Amino acid sequence: MFEYLKQSWPTLWPTLGAIGVILAFVPVLGLYLTFIERKLAAYVQDRLGPNRVGPFGIFQAIADAIKLFLKEQVIPDHVYTFLYFVAPTFSLMTAMFALVVMPFGPVPTEYTEGFRYIVAPGVDIGIMMMIAISSLSAYGIILGGWASNNKYSLYGAIRSCAQFISYEIPLGLSIIGIIAASGSLNIEQIVATQGGAFWNWNVFWQPLALIVFFTSALAETNRLPFDLAECEQELVGGFHTEYGGIKFVLFFLAEYTHVVTVSFLTALLFFGGWHFPGLTGPVDASLGGMLLRTFVLVSKVTMVVGFIMMLRWSLPRFRFDQLMGLAWKGLIPLALANFLCVAIVLTYDLPKHYLAFTALFLVVGSMVSARNLQMTINRPRSEGRPANNVNFTESAL
Amino acid sequence: MTTKKSKTVKWGEEPKIGWWEAMYLPAIAGGLATALKHVFSGKTSTRQYPEVEPEIPPNYRGVHRLNRDEEGRVKCVACYMCQTACPANCIEIIAAPAPKDDPHWKDRDKYPETFTIDELRCIYCGMCEEACPVDAIELTSIYDLTGYTRKELIFDKEKLLAVYDETSTTGKDPVRTNRGALGPASEEAATASQGPPPPGRGSHG
Repeated sequence: MFEYLKQSWPTLWPTLGAIGVILAFVPVLGLYLTFIERKLAAYVQDRLGPNRVGPFGIFQAIADAIKLFLKEQVIPDHVYTFLYFVAPTFSLMTAMFALVVMPFGPVPTEYTEGFRYIVAPGVDIGIMMMIAISSLSAYGIILGGWASNNKYSLYGAIRSCAQFISYEIPLGLSIIGIIAASGSLNIEQIVATQGGAFWNWNVFWQPLALIVFFTSALAETNRLPFDLAECEQELVGGFHTEYGGIKFVLFFLAEYTHVVTVSFLTALLFFGGWHFPGLTGPVDASLGGMLLRTFVLVSKVTMVVGFIMMLRWSLPRFRFDQLMGLAWKGLIPLALANFLCVAIVLTYDLPKHYLAFTALFLVVGSMVSARNLQMTINRPRSEGRPANNVNFTESAL
Repeated sequence: MTTKKSKTVKWGEEPKIGWWEAMYLPAIAGGLATALKHVFSGKTSTRQYPEVEPEIPPNYRGVHRLNRDEEGRVKCVACYMCQTACPANCIEIIAAPAPKDDPHWKDRDKYPETFTIDELRCIYCGMCEEACPVDAIELTSIYDLTGYTRKELIFDKEKLLAVYDETSTTGKDPVRTNRGALGPASEEAATASQGPPPPGRGSHG
């Protein structure tokens, strides 16, 4: 055993180190993202936000954590105890599991010795694994909703189930275009193809893919414009109504881990990862270069996180039929059209800038067809039909 | 389901929107711009409460007090009017005859031996203040009443008089009556000699 450890240590410690980094950072990140979100929400609403614990309230996150961890563990009488405990754990586990193939710093495309900014480097199905695992995260929510044995929890769970199934399709379809253009499922490879100049970033070639990807990824995170699984006004708290204390923290952490994952994916797939004009080319081994690239990646991710948070305080929540309409009537056709354009450009070996043209054409085309889309999303009400007369099943889900 | 259009009900029309609005993205950008404007405006409507106290209007109905007369005695004559008027039943008075042999009390007939207000039960409607014929009970502008136990917030006569001593000196809650030694009721003799009240004033006086 010891001999084995000694032998495999050179390959073992970078992995363990990366796992350690993720395990250490995810909870802290989750806590501080809540703090930043509260602060940002306050500023948007002309308030001050938490400002009592420490300077500018920076220790509020720690105070919250201590409070939540020390809370009494209430187990309601009517829950399925085993599933009730499994659900939050599962939720966080799947959220963290997706981070396994996520480079959180510059990772070379070839395998290198020493510390790497990824738990599992060189996974050839990286992005596919990510999407597969992110679909699993619906499981935690559904388990939680079911185990709570409470109708509001179950409504939330069913809603999120339908939402996950619907939005996975545009999510996958939008990424297919990127995968086809870069010729690899490996995230490191996809990032490597975006090296060099500014305009190599995928966002300039497939802007429509970015819009579709970001929208559906937002839906996958259960964040505000799409947070029908836990909308307070209708469902008390949705799937986590019956959860409190540390079990609630796990659900919460899972949500913020999803936000971080989505932000990382957006930065890696569309905004060139750790590449920046003047800071490109092969990854050099010098510590300074590595740190600089990590900084570039993290700043891009921070911007995306900030954008997601700002979206939360700018957009109202979708109605459920609008949500479904957006996915099935809006995003899926757009994603398919985008993929078609990429496929045509690749098949006939057309120069890459055709992609930008087609993207532009698609954006304008979707603009023009948006009016029809709008009408299908907001179903026209028949003459004389009262505005509040919605189908029961629809309003319940 | 078919509903007949009623003449009294106006059915609203959904506003027609053009393709620019229907695209969502410009509207989202507009929303984000508004949100960002607020983030960087630096304005805030938050009042830092414990440091900056709110301005309480003079007619605020806060914690009660029992007023004292010029001689420092409790003004209350234990008539039970407030206890009767109280809709929350939070006032409890036990009356006793004033100690006649004490020269200090010789002009008074009755006084409250105990006077208890359950501040937690009180709904701060101010009806006790309205009912009091001698202006003995008044509501002050104290709004931040807290305590560690429920017992702490059941105010007895000493506590209520202490509230008077505290609030009447700060100038925030001046005693609201200047009539007679014991308020309007002590002027009863003077008003009674003038005969019955003129019509229209009401039987209650």
